Amino acid sequence: MTRRFWVFIEQEDGVMHPVAGELLGVARRLVTEISDELEASGEEAVVEGILVGCEVEDVAQNAIEHGAERVYMVDDPAFEHYLNRPYTEAIIHLVQKHQPEVFLIGATTLGRDLAGAVATSIKTGLTADCTKLEMGPIRKATGKFLLATRPAFGGNVIATIVCKDYKPQMATVRPRVFQSPQRDPKSKGEIVREDFKVTPEMMAAKLVEFIKDEGTHLNLEYAEVIVSGGKGLGNPDGFKLIKELADELGGVVGSSRAAVDGGWIAYEHQVGQTGKHVRPKLYIAAGISGAIQHKVGMQDSDYILAINTDPNAPIFEIATLGVVGDLYEVIPEMIKQLRAKKGAQA
Amino acid sequence: MVHFLVSVKQVPDTTNIRIDPETGSMIRKGVPAILNPYDAHAVAAAAEWRKKLNGKLTVITMGPPAAELALKECIEMGADRGILISDRKFAGSDTLATSYVLAEAIRKIHQEEPLDLVFFGKQAIDGDTAQVGPGAAIRLGFPLITYAVEIKELNLEERYALIVRKTERGREVIKTSLPAALTAEKAIADIPFASLPDLINSLHYQPENWTADEPLAYDEAKIGLAGSPTWVAQSGSPEAHEPAETISVAKDGLSSTVKKVLDDMLANKSVASIWEEIK
Repeated sequence: MTRRFWVFIEQEDGVMHPVAGELLGVARRLVTEISDELEASGEEAVVEGILVGCEVEDVAQNAIEHGAERVYMVDDPAFEHYLNRPYTEAIIHLVQKHQPEVFLIGATTLGRDLAGAVATSIKTGLTADCTKLEMGPIRKATGKFLLATRPAFGGNVIATIVCKDYKPQMATVRPRVFQSPQRDPKSKGEIVREDFKVTPEMMAAKLVEFIKDEGTHLNLEYAEVIVSGGKGLGNPDGFKLIKELADELGGVVGSSRAAVDGGWIAYEHQVGQTGKHVRPKLYIAAGISGAIQHKVGMQDSDYILAINTDPNAPIFEIATLGVVGDLYEVIPEMIKQLRAKKGAQA
Repeated sequence: MVHFLVSVKQVPDTTNIRIDPETGSMIRKGVPAILNPYDAHAVAAAAEWRKKLNGKLTVITMGPPAAELALKECIEMGADRGILISDRKFAGSDTLATSYVLAEAIRKIHQEEPLDLVFFGKQAIDGDTAQVGPGAAIRLGFPLITYAVEIKELNLEERYALIVRKTERGREVIKTSLPAALTAEKAIADIPFASLPDLINSLHYQPENWTADEPLAYDEAKIGLAGSPTWVAQSGSPEAHEPAETISVAKDGLSSTVKKVLDDMLANKSVASIWEEIK
C-alpha cells in the first residue's frame, strides 16, 4: 500500500499561494520521519498535491518544483472562483478515491473555509493552526501518527493533538509557520487530471461581485521588515511614527491585538495567534508588552528589537536586543541616525 | 415571518488567563467567562434584521449549565428564545462531535419552525479553530458563507440573500439561496445598548434545557470522547525564553543607546542583507 501525504495546493487566479510550498516541505519531512517503518514494511510513501481550479497546469508544475511527486488536478471553468461547496465536494471525491493518510491545508481565509467542511463530511479529525508537525509514536498504539501541536487559549497552552482511528489525519497551518523549500525547476512529477462535475445543487451560493481592496495589498506575512506598535503608543497617532520608521527600513507596519481591539489600526496589521504569523528578517516591537498571543506570531523573526519603558515587559524575553526607554525618543533618534548612515554611504 | 438562529459559545476571557508558574497549567478559577465576542456580533446582526423584518430569533449554546448566562446576554440583545444544550455525556467533544450536536439541534428547530439564516461567530477565542460553523453547515446541507461582514439584502419572497464576505484580497458579494449559514466577523454589526424591555425580559428569562436524551436522542457514539476523532496527547505551557540583553536610555543616554542598537542590528547577517538593499 502507498502511504499518501497530501497538501492542498491553494491558488487564486492561477498563482500558487506560498503556504502550499511551505506545506510541501513539511510533507516531505514527515515522509522521512517514517523511513524506518517504510524500510520494515516495504511500503512506499509519496508527497502529493491536490489542486482545484481553472487553467491551473502551471500551478501544478510549480507544486512539483516545490516537492510534490504527483498532483491530482481538477481543472474546470466551474472552479474559476473559490466557492465552499463545489471545492469541498471535489476534494471529498478525491479523498475517498485515493485514501490519503495525512492531509495538510494552509490556514488562510480560503483554507479555513474549506478544511472544516471537508473534515466534517469525511468524519475525520482536523487540528487547526498547527505550529509543529511530526510523525511519531503515541501511547497504546503501534506505528507512527501525525502529532499536531498548536497553541490554544490565546497561546497560554500548547497542546499536541492526535487523530488515531480516522484517516486522513488533517491539519491546517498558517502561512509562514514553516519555511518553504527552494523551488527546483529540475524536479520531476506527474500531473493526474481528475474529472469532477459540479451540479446545480452545489451552486446554491454564487459569487456575484468581487470588490478588490484599494491600494497595495499589505503583505505582512511575507514582509522582510516589520515595525509594530502596541498600546504603549498611547494613542492611534503613534502609528504615524511607526510608519515613518517602517518606511525608512523599507518595511511594513504591524500591530498588537490590543491596538487593533482599541480601534487604533485595522485588523490586517495584527501580528499574533489570532492575527498573522510572521518571520521577517527584522522585527521591531515598540510599546508592545509581549502577551503570549503576540509572541507566538513573531518569535520566528531573525532579529527582534523590543522598545519598552517597562524593564520587566515579557517582550524582552524573546527579543534579540531590548531597549528600556521611551519609544517617542528612541524611534526619532533611530530615524535620524539611519538617515545619517544612508547619507554617509550615498 | 423570518426565523434566525445564532449558535453561540461561552468562553474564558483569554486576555485574562494566567498560568500557574509551579505546574505550568492554566488557572481556570477566577477567569471570567464571557460570550464569545464574534458570536455577540452575530447576535447583534441577527437581532437587527429580526427587528427590521419582524420575526423570531432563536439562540442556542452547547456548554456547562453556567453557559445559560451567555444565553441571557443574547436575550438582552433581543433574542426571543434560548436553548442550553448541556449534558455530561457531551464532555470531551471535539469540533466534529460539537458540529454534530449543534447541527442536530438546528435541524430539529428548523423542522418545527423553518429557518432562514443560521449565524455562527467566525471562531471562538478559546480554541480559535473556526471549524464548528462550517462543520454544522455542511451537515445541514446549508450553503455556507464564512467571514461575513455585511448582510446586504434578505429577500424572503424570492428566497435569497446577498452577503458580503471578507477575503484576503477584497470583498466578495455572495448570492445565496435560503436557508443558508454564515460565520460572522465583528464588522457584521455593532453591539447595541440593550433596550429596557429586553433587559427586564432577560432578568426573568429561563432558557430551555436540552440534554443528550431529551428532546433529541443523540447517538452516543457520535458525542463526547467516543465521538471525537481528535484527542489531546499532551499539553503544557509554551517554552520559556532567556531574557534578552537590554540597554537603557536612562543609563547610556539616547544617542549612544541608539548607536549601540543600530550597530548590533547591522552586525546581524539577516539585517545586514536587507540594509544592503535599502541604504
